Amino acid sequence: MTGDNLEELITMTEGSVSMKSLTKEKLIELFTTMLRGRAFDEKVVELFTQGFIPGFTHVGIGQEAIAAGVCVHLHQNDPIFTTHRGHIQAVAKGIDVKRAMAEILGKRTGFCKGRGGSMHLADKEIGLMGSTAIVGSGIPIATGAALSFQLQETGQVAVSFFGDGSVNHGTFHESLNMASLWNLPIVYCCENNSWSQFSPQTLTTKILDVATRAAAYAVPGVTVDGDDVLAVYEAAGKAIDRARKGGGPTLLECKTHRWYGHFVGDPQKYRTEEDLEESRKSDPIAKFEAKLIEEKVLTPDEVSEAQQRVQVEIDEAVKFAEESPLPEAKELLDNVYYEGGK
Amino acid sequence: MARDKNVILIGEDVGSSGGTFSATRGLLEEFGRQRVIDTPISESSFTGLALGAATTGLRPVVEIMFMDFLTTCMDPIVNQIAKARYMFGEQFKVPLTIRTPAGGGLNAGPQHSQCLEAWFAHVPGIKVVMPSTIYDVKGLLKSSIRDDNPVLFIEHKGLHSLKGNIPEEEYTIPLGQAEVKKEGSDVTVVAIARMVYEAMTAADRLAADGISIEIVDPRTISPLDKDTILNSVKKTGKVVIAHEAVKTMGFGAEIAAIIADEAFDYLDAPIKRVGAPFVPVPFSKPLEKSYLPSSDGIVAAVKEIVG
Repeated sequence: MTGDNLEELITMTEGSVSMKSLTKEKLIELFTTMLRGRAFDEKVVELFTQGFIPGFTHVGIGQEAIAAGVCVHLHQNDPIFTTHRGHIQAVAKGIDVKRAMAEILGKRTGFCKGRGGSMHLADKEIGLMGSTAIVGSGIPIATGAALSFQLQETGQVAVSFFGDGSVNHGTFHESLNMASLWNLPIVYCCENNSWSQFSPQTLTTKILDVATRAAAYAVPGVTVDGDDVLAVYEAAGKAIDRARKGGGPTLLECKTHRWYGHFVGDPQKYRTEEDLEESRKSDPIAKFEAKLIEEKVLTPDEVSEAQQRVQVEIDEAVKFAEESPLPEAKELLDNVYYEGGK
Repeated sequence: MARDKNVILIGEDVGSSGGTFSATRGLLEEFGRQRVIDTPISESSFTGLALGAATTGLRPVVEIMFMDFLTTCMDPIVNQIAKARYMFGEQFKVPLTIRTPAGGGLNAGPQHSQCLEAWFAHVPGIKVVMPSTIYDVKGLLKSSIRDDNPVLFIEHKGLHSLKGNIPEEEYTIPLGQAEVKKEGSDVTVVAIARMVYEAMTAADRLAADGISIEIVDPRTISPLDKDTILNSVKKTGKVVIAHEAVKTMGFGAEIAAIIADEAFDYLDAPIKRVGAPFVPVPFSKPLEKSYLPSSDGIVAAVKEIVG
């Protein structure tokens, strides 16, 4: 079974039900998406540490399975709304990594012309609708897009990505209420890495399973192992399908681990060594890689090749970004308002 | 709404009840629930929701029942809506209007009577409109809704009961254009919303004393039509700025600074401002009456500089 030109169904002998029904192509897509996200954010860590990235940056290393498992289901015009920790979702949605890296470095060739930076990646063409850094603020905006799709009967689905900290914000409650009331085509995807900046979930939240809140809005609430890309893929697929068919919102909680601090450079003195070690043991990429090799979807050599290909993409992205010009001061006042035209 | 099917209304009681101040009466019946949306009491989220709708093909008009309640949706307005175009490198257009009744005079108390336009005029990325006449409301509301940018359209609730005739036919008034509501020669009075009427009353009183005031209504606070104001000041050499909002740190201070900067040589007297005192709006009748700026304040300020 080489499967180079044919789509093949892969059967798992044990474990996840999902793998049976995925084509090899889809499995590789999931794997490559996760690799690309990790390589991107690892490069961001490197560049930040070397002083090339101004301001703050927040990476999602260790959380790649969630973005991949959700985004591979989406059409280009199904928008995602994400946060300051949104590079990996942006990559999973298909952002051009060159212009994304340029934006993070503050270059004029970035998607936001250097005005937004790491926390505000946006690419309207691929449905990355402006990442926002105020915790909880993206949830209503995503809800509005879903309302728009419903009213205009477009069949599109919106996905809102947010962390476990967001669910304590009023906007979460208000949005879930409206989405359930109006039966909106949206998936609320909570990346529960159990940290809100420097506070563990146990310090801030009574009930740790975010999905239980769904009952208060009479919507399906699903908790999955967010480090198992196939589990995410399966649950996300159902949720997106439900939304698209008029079945309303789903609250999808994906439990995961935050490997780095809140921001890059955060020494994480508030976390124990054990906690940090435990976090890194749960590696979504390593887990999936092991499965792919075990099930002979990919050989170890093919895995290395995939990693190298992705690394080349990221290295080219960095080159593009480094060679790009910075914006000029005279551009400062441009385009606060839309004045007509395109 | 008849002209553009993408215009939708979002707000509390805007549909079934026609609006707390009856501003949207009849619209649900005419346009249905796909276009007129009654929301739960969730200002923060339905304002954020409007942004999501505005960037995906719709042209939402959000009603926030009292301007005082804008405090509950400051993040979506200031950090999301106002910044979406610039922050994301011009990828998005945000054709969104927020309508809100403001102002005192109904004994509605401290949390239902404020004029907070200065806060929003201070934020790049959202336009602020505050009409005074029925004619201006129609023309400016149309322009606000049709503007492809965020606009905060402030309706002074003391003016809701005004009746008058306006043209049936279509007309618009451009944003960012002030109007000389009354020509005069001795003192420029820059007045907004309800204060335009107080200025008219003051004009009659002052005329009896031989003082002629020119009333300039900015109509749009941001972007401000500086030229009309400055041209008037250059003509009269004296200016009083009147708004109902608290005088301290009100937008009148901005106009005063602009005049001092750009028409200094034309000034024959210090710039005067009329505004509410630095207290919350009180409820009881004599207190509110004393609080609200009126023609008394304008007359006094004019006389002070006419000398």
